[in-house]
Amino acid sequence: MHLETIELRKCFPTRRGRLLALDGVNLHIETGELVSIIGASGSGKTTLLRIIAGLEMPSSGQVMIDGRTVEGPGPDRGLVFQSYTLYPWLRVEENACFGLALQGMPRREQKRRAAAYLEVVGLRHCAHLYPHQLSGGMKQRLAIARALATEPKVLLMDEPFGALDAQTKETMHQFLLEVWERTGTTILLITHDVEEAVFLSQRVYVLESAPGRVKQEVEIDLPRHRDFSCKRSLNFLQQRENLLELLRAERAKVAA
Amino acid sequence: MALSNSSLQAMQTGQKPTTTDLQPTVFWRLAERIPGALHWRLTVVSILAPLLVWWGVTQTPWVDPRFLPSPMQVLQAMGRLWQEGFLLRDTLASGFRVVAGFFLAGVVATPIGIGMGAFASIRTLLEPLIGLLRYMPAAAFIPLLIIYFGLDEAPKIILIFLGTVFFNVLMIMDAVKFVPKELIEVTYTLGGNRWQVLLKVITPYIVPSILDTLRVNIATSWNLVVIAELIAANEGLGKRIQLAQRFFRTDEIFACLLILGLIGVVIDVGMRYFTRFTCRWAFSKSGG
Repeated sequence: MHLETIELRKCFPTRRGRLLALDGVNLHIETGELVSIIGASGSGKTTLLRIIAGLEMPSSGQVMIDGRTVEGPGPDRGLVFQSYTLYPWLRVEENACFGLALQGMPRREQKRRAAAYLEVVGLRHCAHLYPHQLSGGMKQRLAIARALATEPKVLLMDEPFGALDAQTKETMHQFLLEVWERTGTTILLITHDVEEAVFLSQRVYVLESAPGRVKQEVEIDLPRHRDFSCKRSLNFLQQRENLLELLRAERAKVAA
Repeated sequence: MALSNSSLQAMQTGQKPTTTDLQPTVFWRLAERIPGALHWRLTVVSILAPLLVWWGVTQTPWVDPRFLPSPMQVLQAMGRLWQEGFLLRDTLASGFRVVAGFFLAGVVATPIGIGMGAFASIRTLLEPLIGLLRYMPAAAFIPLLIIYFGLDEAPKIILIFLGTVFFNVLMIMDAVKFVPKELIEVTYTLGGNRWQVLLKVITPYIVPSILDTLRVNIATSWNLVVIAELIAANEGLGKRIQLAQRFFRTDEIFACLLILGLIGVVIDVGMRYFTRFTCRWAFSKSGG
């Protein structure tokens, strides 16, 4: 799998003329990578993800997956929003099956596949519950299972843990790394949380604001298998500080 | 530590400090529930008080019972109408018209409302027309309906249909606006097409709103059936009221009014329970 964006530009018409949200964004993600995009609010990172998902069209430039141009949303790019976006009238299992049902997979095969991914996210024992009976972290795990069940080439996540409390968030970080290791799914994550980006990713794109473009690409130098303890290592703190400094410089530029 | 005046006074006078200032009013609590016991007591009062006033007024010598019969006389009239078989026959006749007209209106309005809510093009196409038709009082169509369809069941059912269908459409259209955009988008990324989004996401999401719309608007059809029957009918509660007027039987008029109200309440409560039962997910505190 090879996902890349080539010279992506996005303009929005506003009352005060055209707003340039993205200006020439180039990035690439390879099979099995977990890559984050960080940037201050207004850096166009959500717009970028929506264009990759095919929910919005770029003004110019293109998104390519395995050499083919993206022309709309599709099940090869799973999406997880910050809000849980579950189907409230369906049980947990039916939510997990939903993408498979849309694609016309036989019922038994759906159930088998959904059960496997509910197992991965630790919700198998909740299969018969409704979304409103789940906690915030469980809802987000279900949203991830539902996206994974269609076995997308890449999982796109838009600030997926932004609505969770600090403890749940930390658990979910560990959980996402486990899912990533177990399934080998390629993940592109958007966040404004620098610590989250360092802890989870192998590479981080730092976006600059107004217009959004890639300011720097940073390789995260941490072992592939990580747990909480690495957050206290000097190495981790230095890399976090490095990214924070980049964002600080960006803020200073905007304020000036 | 600050002490309020009343607790200071209480201490000075040697009484135990009261907690009235810490536990404020129950009756006037803003936007909060009231205790169950108070709820039931207030409910009983809300029914008994008007009944008592009614009864009291009819006991005074200044009120002619031919104009305002007492509750007991109304109850007797109701029993009489029941024994003579009119009550059941008229209720069934009115009920049939309401159900038929309203069922038609619901079946027609639901797809149009969903279509208008989901597609800006269809909304633009139909909204001006429906916006205008909605403000034409349904009762004003009666003469036309009689000319077109005569005096049978058809004009009455069509009247109820016309009087409710446009409101249904507009309210269902509004409900579609509350379907979260992200829920639709996530469906596309799961491989859904537009048709599937319409039928498998938007429609199930607004089922509780549709049922609620129907519940609110069935009151209008109950209204219209009486109007239709007052003008031309062989039976029905509206017809019964009209006949009672001719023979100056105010007790029967009151009896029919009471029946109309009671049936309305039963329909309303029934629909509420039905919605709660079939769409339990919509009544939980946190949604999906």
